[in-house]
Amino acid sequence: MKKYVIIGNGIASIGCIDGIRSVDKDSEITVVSKENYNTYGRPLISYYLQGRTDTERMKYRPDSYYTENRVSVILGKSAVKIDKASRSVLLDDGTLLEYDALCIATGSSPFVPKFEGLENVEKKFSFMTLDDTLALESAISENSSVLIVGAGLIGLKCAEGLSKRVTALTVCDLAPRVLSSILDDECASLMQKRLEDNGIKFMLSDTAVSFEKGLAHMKSGKDVSFDVLVLAVGVRPNTVLASNIGALTDRGILIDNNMRTSVQDIYAVGDCSQGYDFSSGEKKVLAILPNAYMQGECAGVNMAGIERSFDNAVAMNSIGFFGLHAMSCGVYDGEMYEEKSETGIKRLFIKNGYLCGFMLIGNTDRAGIYTSLVRNKTLLSELDFELIKKNPSLAAFCADFRRKSLGGVV
Amino acid sequence: MKRVFVNEKWCLGCHLCEYNCAFANSGLTDMVKALKNKEIHSNIHVEGNENINFAVSCRHCKDPICVKSCISGALSVKDGAVCIDKNKCVGCFTCILVCPYGAISDNGNHAVQKCELCLQNSCAEPACVKGCPNKAIVFEERE
Repeated sequence: MKKYVIIGNGIASIGCIDGIRSVDKDSEITVVSKENYNTYGRPLISYYLQGRTDTERMKYRPDSYYTENRVSVILGKSAVKIDKASRSVLLDDGTLLEYDALCIATGSSPFVPKFEGLENVEKKFSFMTLDDTLALESAISENSSVLIVGAGLIGLKCAEGLSKRVTALTVCDLAPRVLSSILDDECASLMQKRLEDNGIKFMLSDTAVSFEKGLAHMKSGKDVSFDVLVLAVGVRPNTVLASNIGALTDRGILIDNNMRTSVQDIYAVGDCSQGYDFSSGEKKVLAILPNAYMQGECAGVNMAGIERSFDNAVAMNSIGFFGLHAMSCGVYDGEMYEEKSETGIKRLFIKNGYLCGFMLIGNTDRAGIYTSLVRNKTLLSELDFELIKKNPSLAAFCADFRRKSLGGVV
Repeated sequence: MKRVFVNEKWCLGCHLCEYNCAFANSGLTDMVKALKNKEIHSNIHVEGNENINFAVSCRHCKDPICVKSCISGALSVKDGAVCIDKNKCVGCFTCILVCPYGAISDNGNHAVQKCELCLQNSCAEPACVKGCPNKAIVFEERE
């Protein structure tokens, strides 16, 4: 019998539990989380503000999940120190948890730059957790003017969530476009228009420099008045538990394709980790939910003693605002195939005979067929690319491939 | 577990399976009321070219990437079948981004829909199979 300890209770942690239990049904699993909730779908916090879900439906697994999987959950406690010599984790209440295999799934924390006068802002929030969301919700009213610093995924989802609940919403970002990490200028401007049509104001290539009570002074010299501030500038992986014991870190905790850190019997998964990105060939922090689950699952299987690697993680995102959906995958490199209409854009990127990435806005039907071409590194000469570039379809593949993939009797 | 398979040599490309699927999942008892003048949102899709036709629906993968990618926990595996809880789904479409078969689609109402083998409706057996005029679609156990 082994003792498994998982620090963190997000998606990567659940993946890890599922991974361990797929191999080892009996050993003890302990999960420690500083949040006081059973696991929940973290990206759902904006849908909560929109009224499209609630705390009950946000539960990522049923409450019975932990008992069914015989997991001891310690909520509301933080891990403060790992002792690799005695193979134990110290919690902030003095509890010591011994482990045979440890998984660090500590996620990331909002990065708050130093703003002059930020202490004068009474109602200021990050937008990462359910607690952040409940606090933000209690601070707003229909008369609120909200300023969001950051036009990335977090800032804009927050804006969408708040849009029907406040009087004024302004989003600023130093970048010249919205969603600058996943969309190019043209796609971003389509999305920006959709957001503006829904009452959100933008100040791009501009950001808050300093604050007074109720007033932000911008880099451009303009002033913005507000009563609620949301800081969504960026996030930083929580690496300190690992770096304190000498585990190699870069932006995140460095891991191999089996999710092992450089310290024996310690694994790291999810947003705190930095592993191999199949699409760029580099080690990257791929802070996306599917990746978190699959890394967690891979770590769990390895922790339980079965060698397994997860080596085709790709950067990918699906995000929608006010009914307009955008998807991105891989890297935007090589030759581009493009389709444009008033309502959408499709861009496929082809390099060395492979699809290495794509960007879609508007029509996203069956986009997973494109994603599979990227993740499986399918040679495009083996299928009817003229057909598939227009419409993702299985008809573009050879019959033999379909027989295998669809289990057919062709 | 029994799943839905299509013999593409026998598929006529008649699209009847799409209509039967949409009707079976409409919750209505009158096919005309369920489908007439309405946009059809079926969980099975006929595709093909001038040479070949075949219908594609969820493969109920043993290791389903859609379930692993779901941000809300709305997709889950129940007795081998991949099921969608539309009440939990927020319509982020991450599953559409990852399904290699293109078998999950927008239901037009802030959620996704997919084949649940007619286990969740009153049909008792897959409507696409039952109504296939050329018996190209079958419901059977295969490795």
